[in-house]
Amino acid sequence: MAFVQNVPFFSIMLSMFSGIVSSILPGKWARRLNTFMIIVVAALSAWLFAFMATSDIGSYTYAMGHFPAPIGNELRAGVLEAGTALFFCIIMLLSLWGGREKQILEITERQQNLYYILCNLLLSSLLALIYTNDLFTAYVFIEINTIAAGGLIMVRQNGHCIEATIRYMIMSLLGSGLLLMGICMLYDLTGHLLMSNIKEQVDIIMAAGTYRIPMLITIGIMTVGLAIKSALFPFHSWVPDAYGYSTVSSGAILSSLVSKGYIFLLIKIFYRVIGFDTIAGSHILNILFIFGLCGMIFGSVSAIGENDIRRMIAFSSVAQIGYIYMGLGLGTEMGVIAAVFHLLSHGATKSLLFVSAVGLTDASGGSRHFTDLTGAAFRNKTAGVGFLVGSFSMVGIPVFAGFVSKLLFAEAAVLLPNWKMFPTLIVLAVSTVLNAIYFLKTVIRIYTPVKPEVLAEKGFECKHFKQQVLFGVTIVLFIIVNLILGMKSQPIIELIEQGLHNFM
Amino acid sequence: MSRLIPTEEYNKKPLTRLSRWIKGETDPFSESMEVKKHSDNHPDEKLVRRHKREREVVIEQVYDRSHNRVYKTFNVLFKIVAVLCCLALIAILLVAVSHLPPVGATDNPASNEVVEKYVEDGLQDTGAVNIVTGMILDYRAFDTFGESNVLFIATCTVLLLLHVNKKDHKDLMEEEKSERFFEPKDDSILQKITFWLFPIIVIFGIYVILNGHISPGGGFSGGAIIGAGLILYSNAFGFKKLNRFFTEKTYRYVSFGSLLFYCLAKSYSFYTGANHIESVIPLGTPGAILSSGFILPLNICVGLVVACTMYAFYTLFRKGGF
Repeated sequence: MAFVQNVPFFSIMLSMFSGIVSSILPGKWARRLNTFMIIVVAALSAWLFAFMATSDIGSYTYAMGHFPAPIGNELRAGVLEAGTALFFCIIMLLSLWGGREKQILEITERQQNLYYILCNLLLSSLLALIYTNDLFTAYVFIEINTIAAGGLIMVRQNGHCIEATIRYMIMSLLGSGLLLMGICMLYDLTGHLLMSNIKEQVDIIMAAGTYRIPMLITIGIMTVGLAIKSALFPFHSWVPDAYGYSTVSSGAILSSLVSKGYIFLLIKIFYRVIGFDTIAGSHILNILFIFGLCGMIFGSVSAIGENDIRRMIAFSSVAQIGYIYMGLGLGTEMGVIAAVFHLLSHGATKSLLFVSAVGLTDASGGSRHFTDLTGAAFRNKTAGVGFLVGSFSMVGIPVFAGFVSKLLFAEAAVLLPNWKMFPTLIVLAVSTVLNAIYFLKTVIRIYTPVKPEVLAEKGFECKHFKQQVLFGVTIVLFIIVNLILGMKSQPIIELIEQGLHNFM
Repeated sequence: MSRLIPTEEYNKKPLTRLSRWIKGETDPFSESMEVKKHSDNHPDEKLVRRHKREREVVIEQVYDRSHNRVYKTFNVLFKIVAVLCCLALIAILLVAVSHLPPVGATDNPASNEVVEKYVEDGLQDTGAVNIVTGMILDYRAFDTFGESNVLFIATCTVLLLLHVNKKDHKDLMEEEKSERFFEPKDDSILQKITFWLFPIIVIFGIYVILNGHISPGGGFSGGAIIGAGLILYSNAFGFKKLNRFFTEKTYRYVSFGSLLFYCLAKSYSFYTGANHIESVIPLGTPGAILSSGFILPLNICVGLVVACTMYAFYTLFRKGGF
């Protein structure tokens, strides 16, 4: 085995290790360790990604311990896993950099190191969800993920955040509970916890026709559990408060990474545990499809009615999660590829929007209401450009990442053999128009000039690039990531396709 | 009254004191124990009523309850839908359970080669007589490492939420003085019993942890026993006495040390396992206390983490600090 194949194990253990070490470090050093760790893990993932993309191994398993597959724990890595890990590291690092100024203001000195413990363990749990080949390991790391995310929302400790955390905890624990019950029943039916072994047994069960009802219910509650955790439409009531009122980095990390980790796990369950043909044959995908469509419309409608810029972005997340589930619900490989690509493009765009929205509100005296945001892009030019790029990407203007994913969704819909084609295309069009309404409305507002007298009266200050170098660099890097996704999409799509084939 | 000895001496005799205590004439704890009157605990009725009234007024003004049709219908609808959803979920799960394989049947899918391997080769592979410990700390040690990190991160989150910074809140120092307001101070019954029980509890906990690989038990159960002992001690003697040997620093370094050891030890065995390198850790004679490789030190680590977590939860919820 090549040494590079140890990377999954190294990256999970390294992030847990730095979480543990952070507990005795002062806040400043915990922050430095966190930055260092994320860069190292990103570099390792990039190394593995390059190795997997050039070699013809496909995917390989990695035994965690001296005991091979069904006896002990196991990881599994392929090109898609390595690429997603790299992407998650980059977005996490940029989100933390972009929100650093705010976070130093909003979190007390004592709690700084606790915040970074949560971040490190959150990253480790995301990596474990990406790499694990064992359902129970996935559940254990979902626990870590849930608690860490709750801590990240709560860290500001004002009334809004505490309430948002309670809402988040209730919904998220309901999701975890359903998933755990699903895993228990699946174990009872198949006698395994390892994904590949479960698949063998599931194929036998499906062919024999025994246990058909509990199998269907099991798949159903596992899917619903993960859908609740990633805030699919009717379960989204915790989203706006949780993303909108927590500190910026937390909001960006939650919306672009935490929910995506669950979706990635769900795709893995579809391919590796249940088998995509079985899933496509069941009616569960139709339910996901319909709720995805509802989410696309209702998330956007709620966002239009919102008067608070960060809550608006949060509601837009609901719509984008709807897109991803709609793609999964199409039940074709093209749909899943589009969903995975949207997972990446939304992750890159939403964190950019959250970070730049904070730059805009800071230039408007901390107010998040639209009347005060008028002309904010002139007061903080970097944030203005960031928000512009983010909005264009969300709406689906060519060159940016969001365009490619919408194109892929439309392509997948056109190739469909069944009734889902027209609803998909119509809702895609309607949702794009709705997106355009609220994002372009905001862009126009922040680029509307205001008279200097009014500014002086309100006491708003301008912020130049030199005053906020880290913030500016972060925005530029975010834009670069977005452009790479938007302009170099073909090789990325091919890699996703290759990765999904290796899933099976 | 006795005619043989003087009254004063008679009063001091233990039997007399016992009979007088039974008759209710004296209370032996009246001077050695501080007893708070119960009425002190009663909250101010007026204040409670005012809070309730204010709450009503706020809800009335925010939602305009008496005129707001939407609010009313929403409330009714919410209850109905909630009940329906719960009933539907219960029905679905009951149907699923009724179709599952019968419990304990020999030809169940769950009794397959994996279970067979655990039961038959467990002793040889892990060196642990207690197969359950061998499973959680050797076969599936990665899951258990995740599980101890769940405890660690839970304490971190509670610390984030409930920790009170004494420098920021000087008025809380006052509350600290009346910290035991709702409980009698220096309860001598509790103290006497704890005096005897605490060492036994801790020793039993240590026994359970150390013998985790030989007999039923292990880090999680032993740690829970020690944690319960610490909570009992702090209840009987107060936090001040406990702080002489267990402070926030102790907590931090103990949990840091044990998790770090766990992380490094398991990284070693994962790395050697995956790369097919022979591990140098000897398994020893099964049944001996020093056997089964990493399982004993890992049990100690898990036990320390669990004990610290339990006590930290208690003290953080109780007074927001160590």
